[in-house]
Amino acid sequence: MELTRQQVEQIAHLARLDLSAEEITLYQNQLSAILDAADRLTELDLDGVLPTARAVPMQNVMRPDRVEPSLPLEDVLYNTDHQASDQFVIQAILDD
Amino acid sequence: MDITDLTLIELRDALRAGATSSFVATQAMIDRIVTYDNALCSYLNLTDQDALQQASDADSRLADGEELPLLGVPIAVKDIICTSGVETTAGSKILEGFIPPYDAFVVEKLKEAGAVILGKTNTDEFAMGSSTENSAYVTTHNPWDVSRVPGGSSGGSAAAVAARLAYGALGTDTGGSVRQPASFCGVVGLRPTYGRVSRWGVIAFASSLDQVGTFGRNVADCTALFQVITGHDRRDSTSLDVPYENFEAVLTGDVAGLRVGIPQEYFIAGIEPEVEAAVRTAIDKLAELGAEIVEISLPHTEYALPVYYLIAPAEASANLARYDGVRYGPRLKADDMIATVKKTRSLFGAEPKRRIMLGTYALSAGYYDAYYGRALKARTLIKNDFKRAFEQVDVIATPTSPTTAFKIGAKVDDPLSMYLSDIFTLSLNLSASCGLSLPCGFDSNGLPIGLQLIGDTLQEATILNAAYAYEQATDWHERAPVLPESSSEQ
Repeated sequence: MELTRQQVEQIAHLARLDLSAEEITLYQNQLSAILDAADRLTELDLDGVLPTARAVPMQNVMRPDRVEPSLPLEDVLYNTDHQASDQFVIQAILDD
Repeated sequence: MDITDLTLIELRDALRAGATSSFVATQAMIDRIVTYDNALCSYLNLTDQDALQQASDADSRLADGEELPLLGVPIAVKDIICTSGVETTAGSKILEGFIPPYDAFVVEKLKEAGAVILGKTNTDEFAMGSSTENSAYVTTHNPWDVSRVPGGSSGGSAAAVAARLAYGALGTDTGGSVRQPASFCGVVGLRPTYGRVSRWGVIAFASSLDQVGTFGRNVADCTALFQVITGHDRRDSTSLDVPYENFEAVLTGDVAGLRVGIPQEYFIAGIEPEVEAAVRTAIDKLAELGAEIVEISLPHTEYALPVYYLIAPAEASANLARYDGVRYGPRLKADDMIATVKKTRSLFGAEPKRRIMLGTYALSAGYYDAYYGRALKARTLIKNDFKRAFEQVDVIATPTSPTTAFKIGAKVDDPLSMYLSDIFTLSLNLSASCGLSLPCGFDSNGLPIGLQLIGDTLQEATILNAAYAYEQATDWHERAPVLPESSSEQ
């Protein structure tokens, strides 16, 4: 499976990664090699095999629907310098 | 006797008997870390002042006659596990300076048990790696030969325990990240069944595979630490609500009649002859002790690597999407929000970027069925292999890794070759099994060799006791590495 340069750029955009030209070349080669190795799975007959998403199956794990104390705001906001009025500040994503 | 040479259990007993104090033990460990860790780099963050305070508190409680499982015992914690008020980076620049507002469940448990937390140990970035060379901060060196890697990703914890720079340590194991470094460093490392230990507060890599495990210099130490971190936690919906078991009490050393399976698929070309010989000798020893050796087959073993390297990156790409510089970690500002997020995410190192790219591709429209979907189905076949095997046997014995510790730099440019280091450990993470690695010999370079024992779902007691029996009959665990002294300037 040979990935094209455009494909690698598109994946990087989807993953919100800013890659340099060298990184794109590097990942184009490395991802193609890893996907080649993954193509071995096409040897398997998987008709009728159910997928396993978790090692130990569990269903409908519920908790009591109860209001409990949250973390203190100052602790939550401690890890950013970008805050105002007890909120995280980001750049505008919509026009006025 | 040097107090740092005591095992965890010996120290615990000495503290209870009043023969020494936690302060003395903690100070001795800190002194030893200052002397030797410049050369090893097992710790990212030594919290010595906090540790000495915790030790003093423990001494008061010991004087009051309190009996807690780890009261006053100094322990190290892998830096992917959140510690309240103490920087936690997951080995990544994208979390540099991150101060968690809460403790992980396993850290709560350590504190409840009275343990002293010495500091945070090095890890491959987001636990992605097999050598700690992917840490954004420093590469840890193997205490048995500082020109070699300690394994990974929990290489800092394994090296610290091997070098007597902690009485025990916590790690995490997503594809072998406890067992493989345990093997490379000559210590015991346990990877419990998925769901046995809560993942609350553990920075997520691949959520369906991650599990916290424990390191000890011997089986009893590893077990005592494991005992403390078990228990149901409703904050992790995958935490299993299972009855309490006393794991220390099951270490009888009696393996008469235990059925030990040897999977033919784990003795393949590419395995170092000295590793194979040591593991086969260890299996003979188990037979001598009364175990019944059974040849078995895990026919889909060869597919585990591709399955793992589709599922783990897919889950990682989703988990690592949260690192956008908004709530924690540095924010590198650019013209608009998307550009800011992209620029900030350039703080990821090469391996997380590679896995995010791979995972994003495997999950993307048009490729999902061909890659991720197919991998989930193949995972079922691997899981069924183990299910069938455990109808025949109680324990499966294999090498932990095909080689002993490799040279620093030997595999960094070849991810596929690095990934092969985990070829014997990652099947277990895909299934519902538990496993451990314990020392079973040394190669001609004096490097430790690990024996992996795999157990069925929630059968930690069975593999711990089998390991204990083997350990009682051998003395590999009593050897200690000779450390190079380094400058005491920190």
